[in-house]
Amino acid sequence: MEDLTDVYNELIMEHSMNSYNKKHLEKADYEEIGHNPNCGDEITLELKLNNNIIEDMSFTGHGCAISQASTSIMIDTLKGKTVEEAKEIIETFIKMIKREETNDENLKKLEDAICFKNVSNMPARVKCALLAWHTIEKILQEKNIKR
Amino acid sequence: MNIKEDFPLLKNRNIAYLDSGATTQKPIQVINAIKEYYEKNNSNPHRGAYTLSQETTEIYEETRKKIAKFINARYSEEIIFTKNATESLNLIAYSYGMNTLKENDKIVLSIMEHHSNIVPWQKISKQTGAKLEYMYINENFEISDEEIEKKITKETKIVGITHVSNVLGTINNIQKIIKIAHKNGAKVIVDASQSIQHMKIDVQELDADFLVFSAHKMLAPMGLGILYGKKEILNNMPPFLMGGDMIEYVHEQDTTFAPLPNKFEAGTQNVEAVVGLGTAIDYLENIGYEKIQEIEQELTKYAIEKLKKLEFINLYLTPNTKNHTSVISFNIKGIHPHDVASILDANGVCIRSGNHCAQPLMRFLNIDSTCRVSLYIYNTKEDIDKLVVALEKAYNMFKKYIK
Repeated sequence: MEDLTDVYNELIMEHSMNSYNKKHLEKADYEEIGHNPNCGDEITLELKLNNNIIEDMSFTGHGCAISQASTSIMIDTLKGKTVEEAKEIIETFIKMIKREETNDENLKKLEDAICFKNVSNMPARVKCALLAWHTIEKILQEKNIKR
Repeated sequence: MNIKEDFPLLKNRNIAYLDSGATTQKPIQVINAIKEYYEKNNSNPHRGAYTLSQETTEIYEETRKKIAKFINARYSEEIIFTKNATESLNLIAYSYGMNTLKENDKIVLSIMEHHSNIVPWQKISKQTGAKLEYMYINENFEISDEEIEKKITKETKIVGITHVSNVLGTINNIQKIIKIAHKNGAKVIVDASQSIQHMKIDVQELDADFLVFSAHKMLAPMGLGILYGKKEILNNMPPFLMGGDMIEYVHEQDTTFAPLPNKFEAGTQNVEAVVGLGTAIDYLENIGYEKIQEIEQELTKYAIEKLKKLEFINLYLTPNTKNHTSVISFNIKGIHPHDVASILDANGVCIRSGNHCAQPLMRFLNIDSTCRVSLYIYNTKEDIDKLVVALEKAYNMFKKYIK
């Protein structure tokens, strides 16, 4: 049987159990809830934009280690990026998890989020890893949920 | 008696299968019966004037009789074949509930119902104006007699109750619930999906008005549910699904319907699953409920003792062992059940994690989800030892990060 320490690695564990990104923002421009009805995982993303740049992000909620770490690491990765850059990173991450993108050179732009690569071998957990990414995708596509 | 030997999957896969509450594995006898049916009998019952089809009709109807006898129904036409227990419950909700409930009537359910015995009633309640109320559990994860007497009143027309909780393993006092319901003029629907594989069901002794269960949770194939209903009630209910084989005369604008049981069996049915269920009943009767309970009780006792020794585990369990089956829900403090299940999976242990289609119960218990072990006759103490080792591994992986 495979060892899961490559999935539950130091980085993922730290982010899932003690994330500095788990808080409310002073003034968020956008807020969106992500929910996996099968497992009950629920996160709320908060986003502050400065013109076209993601100035700040945070999350609250609860869920498994993979969904929580994925949310926190996504925030680290996307902070400071333009909306266009962010969209490209999100697309690449989703493709990595679905095994549609395996080229390491193309995956470099994911920064720390590349640590979820092995989740693509765990079909039951794919939706945990993707929860936050689908949620931010929705905000950037629609940008219609004003606080 | 080495029961595990009868289950090819458990020989072919080196796993501890601890998710029989979701579906049971199938014994070779059931698998062979289905194979033989396809090799010697396959045809559409009730349709052909040729011998092959008549034989299939006979197999199909003889199994109906066998099921009737198995749960001690008075008439075999009180047994209706459906797609699953969920469809059985929807049939009752739509054909009985929708047509009998009025504004301010009460539908009383328990907080431990599976979504399949909640969601249909929400729809019926909204459409008829009937109120939906719940019987809650006490600190022992049981519904007390006082709660039953408080919630089931003169306004109550329907009571929906699971015989055994798929999350807690609690055996509900359905005898008491049925008695109180009948005293108040209400009809009772018993969900036996988590009980019939563990204990003898006698619908006449219980005096249940309706009782439903699933074939695949009792060693038989998926895609087959059973609905038992008292003949006089079923006779007065309109059909649920319309189509072939449930009719008498069909004209351009109108149709008259077939009598029971065909009235409720529209379209070609899952005959091979019916064959499988017949064989599964033979298999269970051959072992006998006494022996089944003996095996399960010993395993459950062993599992609970072992789990209680792990100081990082929270159990959601009644202390009254006589009110409990072989379903055990628990959490590792600080670790999400999905992470536990993934780590257990990597160690060859299959458990269920999540809300178990019981979100209202989870909310009532103030938790998101649990890990669930559900044992059956083919499990062994080695399976449980494997579980315990894997749980310790999971805890050790997370320990230093738990706040």
